Amino acid sequence: MDSLARLNIFATIGRFVLALCTEVGRIAIFTKNSVWHCFAPPIYLRLIVHQMIRIGYNSLPVVGLTAFFTGGVLALQIYIGGTRFNAESLVASIVALGITRELGPVLAGLMVAGRVSAAIAAELGTMRVTEQIDALVTLSTNPFKYLVAPRIIAAVLCLPMLVAIADTIGIMGGWVVGTKSLGFNSAVYIKNTVDFLEFSDIFSGLVKSAVFGFIIALMGCYHGYNSAGGAQGVGKATTNAVVSASILILAANYVLTSLLFTS
Amino acid sequence: MNSEAPPRKIPPPPRKPLPPPAPAPKAAEAAPAAQPVVEAPRSPIHINLTDVHKSFGPKHVLNGLSLEVPRGQSVVIIGGSGTGKSVTLKCILGILTPDQGSILVDDKEIIGQSARDREAMLRHFGMLFQGAALFDSLSVWENVAFGLIQGRKMPRGEAKEIAIAKLAQVGLGPEVGELSPAELSGGMQKRVGLARAIASDPDVIFFDEPTTGLDPIMADVINDLIVKCVKEVGATAVSITHDMASARKIADKIAMIYKGEIIWEGPADTVDDSGNEYVQQFINGSADGPIQMEVLKP
Repeated sequence: MDSLARLNIFATIGRFVLALCTEVGRIAIFTKNSVWHCFAPPIYLRLIVHQMIRIGYNSLPVVGLTAFFTGGVLALQIYIGGTRFNAESLVASIVALGITRELGPVLAGLMVAGRVSAAIAAELGTMRVTEQIDALVTLSTNPFKYLVAPRIIAAVLCLPMLVAIADTIGIMGGWVVGTKSLGFNSAVYIKNTVDFLEFSDIFSGLVKSAVFGFIIALMGCYHGYNSAGGAQGVGKATTNAVVSASILILAANYVLTSLLFTS
Repeated sequence: MNSEAPPRKIPPPPRKPLPPPAPAPKAAEAAPAAQPVVEAPRSPIHINLTDVHKSFGPKHVLNGLSLEVPRGQSVVIIGGSGTGKSVTLKCILGILTPDQGSILVDDKEIIGQSARDREAMLRHFGMLFQGAALFDSLSVWENVAFGLIQGRKMPRGEAKEIAIAKLAQVGLGPEVGELSPAELSGGMQKRVGLARAIASDPDVIFFDEPTTGLDPIMADVINDLIVKCVKEVGATAVSITHDMASARKIADKIAMIYKGEIIWEGPADTVDDSGNEYVQQFINGSADGPIQMEVLKP
């Protein structure tokens, strides 16, 4: 009985490892096909523009508000911490660095993951269960080219733009709190921000955000494209898309930060 | 199971004369007159499935299915739910890859063909899906014209004119073209799906449960439209259904599938005298007979 129970544990672990390997393999093949169809003609420009409006333009309010309040909170927290060792003057520069290097890309990425990854997974999942993706195939249209590639291209192009806007609004949020609530001089705050900020700070954030855009669209497309089992399957695909995109964004953020800053 | 079933009837030769050769593609038309394109004689068998197997994990859905679809004829595959009808169609379309066997379309093996070859082949195919499978994000005319715009790179204006004409062919006015699929009733969606299937004048049209979910009158309207459209286009048609009224109306030849195999096939007008107890049970819709549904009894 004891040995049987032990075998059951090994069987469970074995099944888990096999399922994990299968899933990783599937995602790798899906990624390869997706990337290939992003570059191989024909490129559907009309669909890319349409997706850019949905992914980029429609995400602006969410990303903007998140960045504004994050910038404001950051200014408050740094001010509170800074007063303990007379470093209040660093508020402007630390807000700028924190927003451009980390919080802008990561928070925008997570917000867009919640909004866009779910929408893509739900849309493609519904198309899958209502046979619309099969219909595309019978109309001699490659679903990767028509559905997946435009979403990935649009997300990779839009996320850096969104993050650039989020950086600006976030720094502005810090400035509003700094000048209106904490009593900083407006001109000094702006000068400190500009003086301490380097191009590499902004550029690294934009590079990260392009990777996050790829992850968001890829996870939405992967889970939606492979959904099965009706409404419940679509719901599961949507949840999986958001969860996997969010985790992968945080993991990729660590890897990219290591690569971009440790050197 | 096979040993119980009587031997399969050998289908008679096609009752219809072979349609004239399809017009050469546009590229061939544009070729200089000095180099005429000589077409090889086409096989009278348009689609030929031989010993096709398909399993999903431990579940064997197709168990050596073999079927010949003569050119220009309408073949209806009948059978209960879960017997492998849809999987058969999906294997021919390349949406699913069989584990074993051969599928020839125009004498060309399609199992293992490249994605590009499959796309080229599917330009000559049309399909009406069970739930119509119209694209929600596009208007009705864009749905009908989709294959022309995306598959054949036709200008949108020209494709719209054809789409409106095809909608008229299935009894829908041009105003319907501007609507969204969500604004249509089930019967209208089926008709739009039919218009989409015939939009590119395909050589082969598939119908997946064309009358399921429709009231009897609308089902008959769809059947009439299928017969009319298939004749007008001059296509080979393969339908799957469990609606015998539909099968009798649209079929030249009927084949019955059971547990992933064709257990009987013959001309549509002989289905009542098939001498096959499985077929008899199915067409009579009787719960008693050799086909036992897997239903847990209290």
